[in-house]
Amino acid sequence: MSAPTLPIPSADSAVAESRGDAIVFEDVAIAFDENRVLDGISFRLARGECKALFGVAGSGKSTILKLALGLMKPDSGRISVLGQDITDMTEAQLFEVRRHVGMVFQESALFDSLNVKENVAFRLMEEHDVAPEEIDGRVKEALQFVELEHTLNMFPSELSGGMRRRVAIARGIITQPDVLLYDSPTGGLDPVTSTRIIELIIKQRDEYKTSSLMVTHRLQDAFIMATHHFDKQTNQMQSLPRGQQGEVPMSFLLLHDGKVLFDGDAVELKKSQDPYIREYIS
Amino acid sequence: MELELFSPAEFAKDKILAIQDYAMLAGRAMGNLFQRPLYLGDMMQQADLIGFGSLPIVVLTGFFTGAVLAVNSAATLGRFGSLSLIGQLVSISMVRELGPVLTGLMVTGRNASGMASELGSMVVTEQIDAMRALGTDPIKKLVTPRLFATVIMLFFLTIISDLMGLIGGNFVSTLMLGLNSREYWTSAWQTLVFSDVFTGLIKPVIFGFIIASIGCYYGISAKGGTQGVGRATTQAVVAASVLILVVDFFVTRLLYVLLGFH
Ligand SMILES: Nc1ncnc2c1ncn2[C@@H]1O[C@H](COP(=O)(O)OP(=O)(O)OP(=O)(O)O)[C@@H](O)[C@H]1O
Ligand SMILES: [Mg+2]
Repeated sequence: MSAPTLPIPSADSAVAESRGDAIVFEDVAIAFDENRVLDGISFRLARGECKALFGVAGSGKSTILKLALGLMKPDSGRISVLGQDITDMTEAQLFEVRRHVGMVFQESALFDSLNVKENVAFRLMEEHDVAPEEIDGRVKEALQFVELEHTLNMFPSELSGGMRRRVAIARGIITQPDVLLYDSPTGGLDPVTSTRIIELIIKQRDEYKTSSLMVTHRLQDAFIMATHHFDKQTNQMQSLPRGQQGEVPMSFLLLHDGKVLFDGDAVELKKSQDPYIREYIS
Repeated sequence: MELELFSPAEFAKDKILAIQDYAMLAGRAMGNLFQRPLYLGDMMQQADLIGFGSLPIVVLTGFFTGAVLAVNSAATLGRFGSLSLIGQLVSISMVRELGPVLTGLMVTGRNASGMASELGSMVVTEQIDAMRALGTDPIKKLVTPRLFATVIMLFFLTIISDLMGLIGGNFVSTLMLGLNSREYWTSAWQTLVFSDVFTGLIKPVIFGFIIASIGCYYGISAKGGTQGVGRATTQAVVAASVLILVVDFFVTRLLYVLLGFH
């Protein structure tokens, strides 16, 4: 028996266009009182791609992530997530979209009345139909991923900042969402811990093909992500040979004055002649 | 820079918007009771916190309020030679008025502030956003259980407070005034009619609703870091206390009209 031929949508069909992207921002603007934080932002995040968001403090990076989750509404412009236009969705409709999106908040935002296990399991427990044994298994698995199995019964106040960040990552990935939003996952951490976290994000990108937006202040983190891939055998990230660099799905987006100043890959970024970009990456 | 002037129109608009937000929060919190999931666990936890946590202060305030009522009225009643009316007086005052109001104010101090500060810190540390991001409605998970736990627990706490007040009154009239204990209880009991008991039991339901919805509203709308949480907490206690006293007047008046004087 021959395999049935699947209808492959042509590249220019509207369906392919919207289904192919994890997140699309179209001319999005938002202001807080007089402060125009985002002023016409457009970009696309392809499925499986990781995009690093840069910009000085207060340039609106966290705001972009919150808009992508529907936690805030833009003043104008449109946002679509996984092929669905979320701009005018009600909170109830948004809950359905958010099932496929995970977020790691800038300050971790762990629930401090719950212990690590309950924090990580929160989403599964809220679904009310997952068996307790399965929850236990998946919590262990997610905590193993961030190497924090031993903290199961500790409370967030008993953890260090870096541990909290990793618990927040475990909470974000437990349901293996299609899209992950990381807000400054390495901010204020020592080089060893931040490299570990970057390795986790690379693992998530290369092993699970998760699409992600990653806010970061550290350009070198994003360059590591552009030049490394995750090696299943050694369970570690490995540097790509020179010729293959740029083959990983990694891009860079630089915000400046409420606009997108740069959106492209590492090679283009290094070649850019824009004086602001040159100053930023030097 | 332009000097910012106080504008009455802006002020009124802000207040109206706040009332609208409050009404929406309260409405949604109540509506959630008829939708799954119910969060019974969270409701039980809150009931424990509010009910058993407030028991000692409710017992103490109830007892001493009843006792002081007896002491004060003994002076007046004694002059007319009708000391035996003490039971009636304590009973009517406690059940109709002081039991519900004092218990409401005590629980406001303990729990409206607790709710405002707890939810407020969750807002400023982005835990509320995180909850929404994880697919859970914070109103359903946090506000609805607090609202219903407070209404139910305040109802029972008020009954306990009423009883403690009567016990306090009995304590004073038998030990200090030398009255017959059986007589005290009979008159305290017989004087109560339906409208007294009804008024006394409908009030805690309304006050419980005020305490939890105001506490949660100020918590959820907290802004501006830890300082904002502190401000929200104070405002919640003040607003809930004042509202309880104002509403108490109107409810009392309304029920007199509806049920008639006895
Ligand atoms: N809820 C809010 N209310 C008022 N202003 C806000 C709010 N959220 C963000 N802003 C303002 O929007 C701007 C961008 O904030 P945002 O948190 O997105 O910055 P950021 O790029 O993430 O900065 P950082 O690198 O410091 O995390 C800031 O000027 C901030 O004051
Ligand atoms: Mg930020």
